[in-house]
Order: sequence, then structure tokens, then C-alpha cells
Amino acid sequence: MGNKQTIFTDEQLDAYQDCTFFTCKEILRLHSRYHELAPNLVPMDYTNDPDCKVPIQLIINMPELTENPFKERIVESFSEAGDGNLSFNDFVDMFSVLSEMAPRELKAIYAFKIYDFNTDNFICKSDLEQTLNKLTREELTPEEVNLVCEKVIEEADLDGDGKLAFADFENMISRAPDFLSTFHIRI
Amino acid sequence: MPRHNKTQLEIKMEDVGIEIDEQVEHNSDDDAGRRGKTNRRQQNHKPSPAGVRKNRNNNRSQPQARNGRRTAVEDDSEDEEEDEAPKPRRGNRKKPAKAQDSDEESEDEQPNRKTNKKGGNQKQKEEPNNKEKQADKKGKGKDKDKDDSKDKKKKKRKDSSSSSSSSSSSDDDSMSEGEMAKLMEEVEEKKKLVSNMRNKPWRMKRRLAALKEAQSFVEKFEGALGKGKGRRLFAYKVMMRKKWIKFQRDFDNFKTSCIPWERKIKEVESHFGSSVASYFIFLRWMYGMNLVLFGITFGLVVIPEVLMGLPYGSIPRKTVPRAEQAKAMDFSTLWDFDGYCKYSVLFYGYYNNQRTIGLLKFRLPLAYLMVGIGTFGYSLMVVIRTMASNANESGGDGEDSDFLFCWKMFTSWDYLIGNSETADNKFASITTSFKEGIVDEEENQKDENIHLRRFLRVLANFLIICSLGGSGYLIYFVVKRSQDFATRNDLGWYEKNEVEIVMSLLGLVCPPLFESIAELEEYHPRIALKWQLGRIFALFLGNLYTFLFALFDEVNQKLAVEESIKNATIWATQMHYANFTGNTSATPPPIDPADVIRGPCWETTVGIEFVKLTVSDIQVTYITILVGDFLRAVIVRFLNYCWCWDLESGFPSYGEFDISGNVLGLVFNQGMIWMGAFYAPGLVGINVLRLLTSMYYQSWAVMSSNVPHERIFKASKSNNFYMGLLLLILFLSLLPVVYTIMTLPPSFDCGPFSGKSKMFDIIMETIELDFPAFVGNIFSYVANPGLIIPAVLLMVWLAIYYLNAVSKAYENSNLELKKKMQMQRDEEKNRRNNQDSTNSIMKDLEDLLPIKSEDGNNTAPENKASTNKNDPPKAPKGADKQGGASRNGSRVNPEKEMSLAVQNPRIAVTRPPGPRPPGPLPGNPQLTVPGQRGRGPPQRVGRGQPRH
Repeated sequence: MGNKQTIFTDEQLDAYQDCTFFTCKEILRLHSRYHELAPNLVPMDYTNDPDCKVPIQLIINMPELTENPFKERIVESFSEAGDGNLSFNDFVDMFSVLSEMAPRELKAIYAFKIYDFNTDNFICKSDLEQTLNKLTREELTPEEVNLVCEKVIEEADLDGDGKLAFADFENMISRAPDFLSTFHIRI
Repeated sequence: MPRHNKTQLEIKMEDVGIEIDEQVEHNSDDDAGRRGKTNRRQQNHKPSPAGVRKNRNNNRSQPQARNGRRTAVEDDSEDEEEDEAPKPRRGNRKKPAKAQDSDEESEDEQPNRKTNKKGGNQKQKEEPNNKEKQADKKGKGKDKDKDDSKDKKKKKRKDSSSSSSSSSSSDDDSMSEGEMAKLMEEVEEKKKLVSNMRNKPWRMKRRLAALKEAQSFVEKFEGALGKGKGRRLFAYKVMMRKKWIKFQRDFDNFKTSCIPWERKIKEVESHFGSSVASYFIFLRWMYGMNLVLFGITFGLVVIPEVLMGLPYGSIPRKTVPRAEQAKAMDFSTLWDFDGYCKYSVLFYGYYNNQRTIGLLKFRLPLAYLMVGIGTFGYSLMVVIRTMASNANESGGDGEDSDFLFCWKMFTSWDYLIGNSETADNKFASITTSFKEGIVDEEENQKDENIHLRRFLRVLANFLIICSLGGSGYLIYFVVKRSQDFATRNDLGWYEKNEVEIVMSLLGLVCPPLFESIAELEEYHPRIALKWQLGRIFALFLGNLYTFLFALFDEVNQKLAVEESIKNATIWATQMHYANFTGNTSATPPPIDPADVIRGPCWETTVGIEFVKLTVSDIQVTYITILVGDFLRAVIVRFLNYCWCWDLESGFPSYGEFDISGNVLGLVFNQGMIWMGAFYAPGLVGINVLRLLTSMYYQSWAVMSSNVPHERIFKASKSNNFYMGLLLLILFLSLLPVVYTIMTLPPSFDCGPFSGKSKMFDIIMETIELDFPAFVGNIFSYVANPGLIIPAVLLMVWLAIYYLNAVSKAYENSNLELKKKMQMQRDEEKNRRNNQDSTNSIMKDLEDLLPIKSEDGNNTAPENKASTNKNDPPKAPKGADKQGGASRNGSRVNPEKEMSLAVQNPRIAVTRPPGPRPPGPLPGNPQLTVPGQRGRGPPQRVGRGQPRH
């Protein structure tokens, strides 16, 4: 780690380690990945917090994300401006939440954001339809989509308002056996 | 970064100024809205500590350090005051602003109400949040702001910083005990915040800022906590703790960097999904465990023997007998672990029974026994601990099917997939599973087929039991025959290795046979995998135990032979000496160690048997991979150019990675190691090599010549399934080893325990010779094997009984809770409103909303405003109830807001569940409404919906 000093200061590394689930080596690797995405945009020296963002197109083409049907949503949810362009902070944030160590509660919050396509803080029927179409590559008939969405709402909607609030979602996802193992990206 | 921000902010905000209350009017700008919110939050907070109120004008954002302390001190009185006060007060102040950003205000109300209810503790918790806000604000301020309210803040900031420092310095002198305790508490709070920072669902920028704040706070006030003489000690303690944390972090970094193959596994994972990767993770885990076993065995037994024990050729047990010496170095002999291999440090027989060896007086026989027991102890501990932690992680059980479609919708995509082919398969399998779900839902169950399917399943099981029995008999037959062969010398290669060959062949043929039989059953692949695992497990187990019993027969025969040889040896020695003493009076020359008559040394035989089995298993596995996967892939790939049908998608196609077979192979291999390690210490080393190579070999093979499964399924909890198998195997391999140690007499002329009547006598000996006499006395009473074994068994039985009882109780309470949850869920569905339950989370979620979206939401502010103040006239049915419930809810469950996990179930129900109103019931034609209502104004009623 001879080049550690040139990328981050020790305090920065410590702060990142306090704020994420990564070790110092992983943070450096994340930085190198981030740098690889846009070598001419991203400086190697992060000691004075350069303000730069990598455009969404470059990020969703990362091998980790490129096959994911929700890649745009993932990136958008983690970008501060909501446009999908990620600063390094957002980038680290994203992979920290998606890392193996992140607790279920935290993951649930971000999963909710990801599936909330229209960012109204509810997963409503249109969100579900989009989710389903992305999951199945639109191979289900509209009737089937409708049926599935209705079933989902019926199962998870506790307050009966026809859409899933975060409480509903959290309640549902906290019992899902596969959630932790699938909502996880190894970087 | 935060430091940087701050300075920039200070420069920028040099000369701007406005009253905060005015500021809320300027919400044309989104930033202003945000800032307004934060400012107001501060105001709301400020009134609470009475002492600060007088500073109001210049100390708007008096740092929480001071606030907190005061707050804590004056908690009790303040709380009461606030309980009545805040609402009207704030209401007045907010009036002008309300019309425009009432949603913000509603959001503001939530934390405030909360604060009032919860009192000091809550307030302290709130403080980090406030800090957050400030930090946020700083960040915002840095951005281009057309707003002109910055100067005020700027001033505040300056004032606050100076005043806080001054106050802190003055406080240092006059801090009372109570204050100090409070401060300490607060520091602890901050520390907790720092350690939990990564779990906060905030933006990274905010997190970093908050971290900085908290750390600097801790730094500043921690030193002030000690007093007089204690202060030094305290400072020292603080310093040491910091060092300790740093060390821990470095150590963690080091630890994670030691975990090998992370990248390899990731690569496999992205190609084949988590189920295949789970095998490799398991393999890595096994490697780690075996490395420890290897360290123990080699460090405490093998290396001391090599370094300090007698050299090769010094005594009979360390020498190849004269009859075998001619062929002892031949490759074929060595390949059978005969010749020099047999008389090497790898096997039990080589070790001497000297009580201590070398200068260090190392008690090798004792160490040998202890390592043998320790191997099992360590393995048991590790397996059980891993199982326990896995069980914790897996959380809820997937049994209840309340959320069938939800889970399909939200958890079926495996985020790890990074390969397009796998992704295609995954898409297809998800689509199929949805379609299946729909069909199931529509038909609920397919009655017509059920008899046929049942019949088929019974048939399949019958067939499998038949083949299991057949294979068991075959092995028994072969082993019996090999004992006949053992007495003859005119044997070919096949006869010598018949047992291993047959066992490997069975392991090769049966699993695919089972798999094709299992086709009849039409289980879901994940269930099918478990069945398959179970069946192969039964097969291997049967084979292994048949093998073991046959081996025991052999050992008993050897023991009988040994008895006669022992007499012969004694007689021969006597003859030797007699010859010499008869002729001369000089001391007779010792017999050459190669010429001494040996016993059969059954321990080494057992050890060799296991080593051979392991090695042949390795060979078969590797060759199968090479031929079955690689060669097949090569043929399919290159012959496809000149073949009459499409080989790649047609008949032979590429192989799939056989998870069940590989996992079981690994598990059984480990069982063999556990059983054999006592009699062949070198086996552990062989196993480590095997695991190491197979990691590389298999990951290469899987990447180069396998295709992803057609129906990819997730490895949900199957890790624990593997662990369960491993635990079972551990017990099963523990039994024979313990049996042999406890009952069979060790060989008289080989191994560390030679000369004893039982192996564990070595412990008695050590106690008698090396411990004070009274310990020996005590032990002689207690350590009667007749007493120990029943005692141990009783303890084990009691432990199992106890655990069983406990788990039963847990199960019951779990069931009960589940029932309750279900009830509450229904109730909840009826209540139609749980809006206040998750406010803090909702707030965080709001904060995470992209800034951009605020523009879009500002389009309908009037609507929101009007609906927010009064119950909306156009609210949908049940809205009145909603309002009521929300009000009730906000009264009743303020504590809910801080915790992440307690939403719906525990809400106190203040009214009986009314009949479920018509409306957004699924299946109802009105279903189209929710989509619109999702954005519509009525939803905002009473809900802490900050829209900035």
C-alpha cells in the first residue's frame, strides 16, 4: 500500500472505514475501480475532495451491474442528485450498502428506494409493474402482470391503501429468506 | 472533507444576514426549503433548555454540546413544560410559512412531538441528528445559494463556536458531579454514534460530516471528564482505548486481506449464481479448518518427532524389514504406501513410545493422544459455531408462504449475477416461477396428478433404496474378498486395489443414477438438491460403514496374529541372547533392527487404508473432472463443426456443475480425514494439498467447461445444510476412532502407545508421574474408565436432552409469536393506517430522495397545504378514520420512531378493528385508483411527509 498516501489521507481512510463496511484495502480498490471507469475524469489524488462525478452510463456498464435489470434504479438511488451520476462518496456508499456486511435493515431501506421507481416513497402498482417487467423482460401478459401486482399488494399491504409504504416493505422483506443473499454485490 | 467545507462556508457567508423566521418564506428555491427546515428544527430544539433561551438571538444554533448537557440536567422540569407548551408556540410561529411548506412543517412536527414525549434520552439521541442537519446545511451552504439568509447562520456559527468553546472552558472549572455524569453519558452516546455510523441510512457526505462532528466532540470533551488526579489516568485510558481501536482496525484489515480466493469466488459467482459459489465458499472454509488441523498435527506431533525423535533405522519400528527392503523404493510399492512410506513419519507405527524426547523433554505420546482428541474437539467447535452463526444470519424462516409473490418479486433477482448467459437463464427461470405461481394460484392445486405423482415418488424411493442396499452388499462382498486376497501373494493390480476401485466406481455411477431416478419426482430443484444430497449421503455413508466393519474384522484378525507374533518375538530375542551367552561372556551385539520379527501393527494398516482411500478419491475426482467436463467440453466445442446435429444444444452439450456431488465428496473426504488422522498424521497434510489444488483446479474447470444451470436457484441457507452434513459426518467418524482408542489394545511393537494395555493409559501415566501424588489419587478414583464413559455419555445425553427441550420451547413460542403476528397483520390490514410508525425511517428515506425530484413535487404545493391542515374534503373513503388513527397513533407510539425494526406489530390498538372498508381491495375493480392515489394529496394526511 505504498500509494495509499497519495490517494487518501489516513484520516480520510479512517473516516471511510467508520462510515462503510469496507476495510482500507477495499476502499482503495473501490477507488481504483472508480478511477478505471473514467480515468480522465477522476483524479488519483483525493486528499482534498475533488468534486467530480462519473456519468451513469459508465457506471451501469460495470461488470457488477451490467446484467442487473435494476441497474439504473440502483445508481439513481445512490446518487445524491438523483440523476445517476455518482461521486466517489456515492459510489462507496452504494457498494457498502450492497456489501455482505451491511445489516438487513439498511439493505431494506435501499432496496425500497430502488424498487420505488417514481420516488414517491411508496411502492405503488406502477412501480410493481415496472419491477416485474424488468424481472421477466416483459414476457408476461398484461393480465398476468396485473394479477401478480395485485397479489403482491394484497400480501404485503398492511394498511390497505393499495400501495406499499416502507413499513409494509420492511415487514415483508425482513422475513424473506433470500433477501440477504441476493441483495448483495461482491466488489 | 468536512473541514474543507466549513472553511469554504465561512468565507462565502461573510456578509449576508436575515432573520430565520423570514427565511421560511423563501422556499422558491429548494435549498432554501431545506435550510428552512433545518433551521426550524433548531429553533424547535432551542426552547427546550431554558438556560439557553436567553442567548436566543445570537446563539441560534448553540452547539448541542451545551444544549445536551443542560437538557440532561434540567430534563425533568423541562419535559413537563414542553408537553403543554410546544404545540401552540410553534403553531404561532409557523403560521405565515404554513401555507407554503406545510409538508415540511408536518415533518418537523414529528421529531418534535417525539422529543416532547420521550424526554431527555430522546433528545440526546436527537442531537446527532441535529448535528447532521447542521452539517448538511454546511454542505448546502457551500453550493451556490441565491438565498440571502446565510449571514445569519454564519454569525451563528461563529458565535456558537466561540461561545461553545468559552462555555466549555468555563464549564471545566465549575462542572458538578451531575453535569459530569451527563457529559460522560453524552460522550458515550457520541461514541455509540461513531461506531454505528455505517448503519445509518444517510448520504455519505452527511455521514462523514456527522462522524467528524461526533469525533471532534468526543475528543474535546473526553479529556475534560477526568478531575484532579483521576484526570491523568483518564487521559491515559482514553489514549489507550484509541490505540486499541486502531489496532483492532489494522488487525481486521489484516484478517480480511488473509482471506484467499475472494476474486476467484466472485468470478464463479457472477457466472453461475450463488448456489455454485456456495460450494467454493464451503471449500474455502474447509481449507481454513484443515489448515488449523494441519498446524496442530504437524506442529505438535510430526515435526517434534522428526527433529527430536530417534532417526530412521535406529529401532525396528523405524526400519523397513529385511524382506521388504529390496522392493521398498519401487514406485509401485511407494504408490501403495508400502515400503519406505509405511515406515515413515506419516504413519502411526513410526512413533516411538519414549515418554519424553529431546532436550525439551517433549512428551510425544501424550501430545499424540491430545492432538488426536484435539482435532475432533476443534472441528466440533468450529462446525457448531459456524452453524450457529449461519442460523443467526438466516433470520426468518422461509416456511410461511404469506409473501409468496412479494418474495418472488423482490428477492428473486440475484444481484451477484454478472454474466449475460446466467442472466438470461435467470430471467427465464424467474418468468417460469412467476408463471408457475400464477398457475398454482389459479388452480390452487392440481388434483388429477397427485396420485400418479405420489406413486412415482414412492417408486423412486423404492428404486433408490434397492440400489443403496445393492451397493452396500457389493462393498461388503469386495472387502471380504480382499481379506482372502491379503493372504495370497500372486495378485494382480486389480485384486490389490479392488476395494478402492469398487468404492470409487459406486460413487461415480450411483449419483447420476439417483439423479435420473429423481426426475420421476418432479421436485423444485432446490428441494431436489436436498433429496439428492440426502441420498448420496446415505450411499456414501453405507459404503463407508461397510468398509469400516470389514476393516474391523481385519483388525481383529491382526490382533489375533499379533498375539502369536509377540510370543515369537520374545522367544526369538531370548534365543538370540541365549546363543551368545552360551558361547561367550561378552555382551551380545544387538540384533539388526531390520531383522527383528514384527507384529502386523494394525494401526498403520488402518492408516494406510484411509490414505489409499483418500488418494484414490482424489484421483477419481480429478480424472472425472478432466474427462467428464473438460474433454466433453472440448469434444462438443470442436466436433461441433463437423457433426450432423448441434452438439452444443443437443445431446451431449456441456456439463453442469454438480453441486451435490461435489459437496458430498468434500464432506466425505473430510470424514475420512477425521477417521484416518489419528492413525496417519500425514493424512492431514495430504488433505490440505488436495483442498488447495482442487480450489484452483475446480474453479478452472468450472469456468472453462461448465455451463450455468438451466434453472438457477439460490443457495438459501444451504450453507447450513452443508454444515449439518459435516457435523453428522464428524459424529460418525468420531465413533469408530473413539471406539478403537477406548477398547482395542495398541500394538506391542509400534506406535507411541506400544507397551500399554490401552491407549489412554498414557494420561494415567502422566498424572501419576508428573502431578503431585494427591492429584493422582483423586484421578485414580475418578478416572476409572467404567465410571468415565457412562458419565460422559450421561452428560452428552443430558446436554442433548436439555437443548432439545429448549429448542422445543423456542419452537412453541415461535409458533405463538407467528400466530400473534398473523393476527396483528390482519388487524393491521383493517386499521388501514400505520403512518406514524416509521417516521424516523421515513425521514431518512426522504433525505435520501434525490434533490431533483423536489422540483417535480413542488408542482402541487397548494394541494398539499390545503390537505395538510384540515382533513381533506375529497379524501377517499376511510380517510376520516385515517386521520383519527394517525392522531391516535402519534400519541400512542412515539418510541416506535427511533427503532428500525418495530413497525406495525406492536402498535397499541386504540380502537377495535373496524370492518375492512371496500375500496383498494385487490381484485376490486377500483384497483386502478391506488395508482393515482399514490401521488394524490390525500395520502399526506397527518403523515410526516416532508416534501422539500
